[in-house]
Amino acid sequence: MQVLLLNSFTVTSAIGVGLEPTLAALRTQRSGIARKHWETVDLNTCIGEVEGLDDFVVREDLKAFDCRNNRLAQLGLEQDDFSQAVQNVIKRFGKERVGVFLGTSTSGILSSEIAYRHRDPATGKLPADHDYRHTHNSYSVADFVRHYFDLRGPAYVVSTACSSGAKVFGSAQRMMASGLIDAAIIGGVDSLCLTTLYGFNSLQLVSADPCRPFDAQRDGITIGEAAAFILVERATNAVSGDIVMSGIGESSDAHHMSSPHPEGLGALAAMQAALQMAGLQPADIDYINLHGTATQSNDAAEDKGVTALFGAQTPCSSTKGHTGHTLGAAGAVEAIICALALRNDFAPGGVGTQTIDPRLACHYLLSNIDQPMRHALSNSFGFGGSNCSLVLSRVVA
Amino acid sequence: MNALQIHVDGIGLLGPGLFGWTQSCDVLTGKVPLTLTPAQLPPVKALPPAERRRVGVPIKLSMAIGFEAARNANADPSQLSTVFSSTGGDCDNCHNILETLASDDRAVSPTRFHNSVHNAPSGYWSIATACMEPSTSLCAYDATFAAALLEAATQANHSGKPCLLLAYDTAYPEPLYALRPIPHVLGIAMVLNPVNTPASRALLTLKLGTSAATTMPETDLEALRTRIPAARGLPLMQLLAKETSGSVVIEYLDALSLAIGVQV
Repeated sequence: MQVLLLNSFTVTSAIGVGLEPTLAALRTQRSGIARKHWETVDLNTCIGEVEGLDDFVVREDLKAFDCRNNRLAQLGLEQDDFSQAVQNVIKRFGKERVGVFLGTSTSGILSSEIAYRHRDPATGKLPADHDYRHTHNSYSVADFVRHYFDLRGPAYVVSTACSSGAKVFGSAQRMMASGLIDAAIIGGVDSLCLTTLYGFNSLQLVSADPCRPFDAQRDGITIGEAAAFILVERATNAVSGDIVMSGIGESSDAHHMSSPHPEGLGALAAMQAALQMAGLQPADIDYINLHGTATQSNDAAEDKGVTALFGAQTPCSSTKGHTGHTLGAAGAVEAIICALALRNDFAPGGVGTQTIDPRLACHYLLSNIDQPMRHALSNSFGFGGSNCSLVLSRVVA
Repeated sequence: MNALQIHVDGIGLLGPGLFGWTQSCDVLTGKVPLTLTPAQLPPVKALPPAERRRVGVPIKLSMAIGFEAARNANADPSQLSTVFSSTGGDCDNCHNILETLASDDRAVSPTRFHNSVHNAPSGYWSIATACMEPSTSLCAYDATFAAALLEAATQANHSGKPCLLLAYDTAYPEPLYALRPIPHVLGIAMVLNPVNTPASRALLTLKLGTSAATTMPETDLEALRTRIPAARGLPLMQLLAKETSGSVVIEYLDALSLAIGVQV
């Protein structure tokens, strides 16, 4: 058993809360990135913010988990009847047989960032109401979701920087193949915080303007936030029209902590492994959702990896110009974007990009193309040289 | 409930009074008493000097236990997929970034930032060993050891190839120490192999359930077990040190636990 059925999925990002506005934004090539003031940030940059989180109230019995990241998680869970789909799966399999594997890079660290501004001047202690375990700790978001549904199965957070939200597909697949679970809530949740805004800025990787993936003038990322959830189970009874994850490939660059292998070798290995698992040839892929962060080095390395395997024909784009780079959620967000593209028979064009870098050879889309869609590949690469590629496919009878 | 089986080929262990697998066996079998002397973390010779200077405790610790486990398993580290796991990652580094962000000058050091990702030890390990195999990095708060053991066992079985599990925790300084009081640095690594080879020391059978976790009769070891998430694996280490078949239960999430049968 290798193929995972996407029973249900939902995504909330700067381009919309839930699938309908997300699809509309893709259809109209609308970006959710804006130049705006956020928190106490004094950097000249744009962000992909999910509106309304400051006033969002988490469920009463989960108050201990209250932080921006878990508010975003709950907002996401409440869209597209996702929670109902989870309840149905619990009825079929039992609470013990549903896993929770979520990606995040910074979890609810914003809570500790704020708490550190309010230390007791005499003792240095943090405010008494600061709850490290349920907010800041990396596991917090999976803990929150597990308690949200009162699940009793295995759970953990994958935190491999910007590949986290893709790698959870592998965790669910392996757990299911081993017979430990029958279904899993997977995905990624990452929210705006000072650590990533100032941290990426210190590496001079943040653009002052909305990011321009694969553009000749690209000059860095725009940080966004998102919650993306996918309910997966075995694809044994998949029917025509269903979306499945048919392949996943994971690799390590073994090159550098914060820049990719210049020839895209790690990326190439991940893409090859994903195709191999899916039993597909490069020509079978109808669209590639690139990692496409809009840094000089990522886009150049990824282009080399993609063209080495696919040549220059396969339509591809980055949707980070729509959502911003949602870091630990990006892999899950973009898997869902691929699922929407497969369902609706179109390949989304990127936004923000004006002039494609002539040094880059892949077939980068600046506008949507309507075409029959059967298989899409999604790339996610992270700091530490962590690479993950997914193949999403539409089942045809 | 289905069971999952995996061979243990090699072990690495470092912690207070636990200085590598051979010496730790003497402590775990009661031949020598546990002294809470901090483990000396060797310099990371496998990294280039420029990188070596930048690494904090979790990277030194994971390198030390990872190389020990691979050596004891006669395994080539460049060929092993890896599962890194820690409840808090680099706690010193995190504290330093939080202090910087709360100050008037928020200029975070670029090195501190890229070392802040939970998978930093995995990134440095892959560079040090020239390993391009899959690697993941997990957290499940106090349940991190059991979560990582499950992930590594399923990874190895699914790929048909050995997988290196690394579980390591470090301490936060104050003020976060008060909220997450992990008193000592401790790490456990195991090379897990789906294939029975001459390197196999024991066959583990993993099963999820709700049995109570195994406690350790030695109060000093029990104190480590309960206070350091990675040390939740110590009852398993004790059984492996004794080279006797048996079973232990390791706590996982809430009422859920991981029962481990050990067959030597």
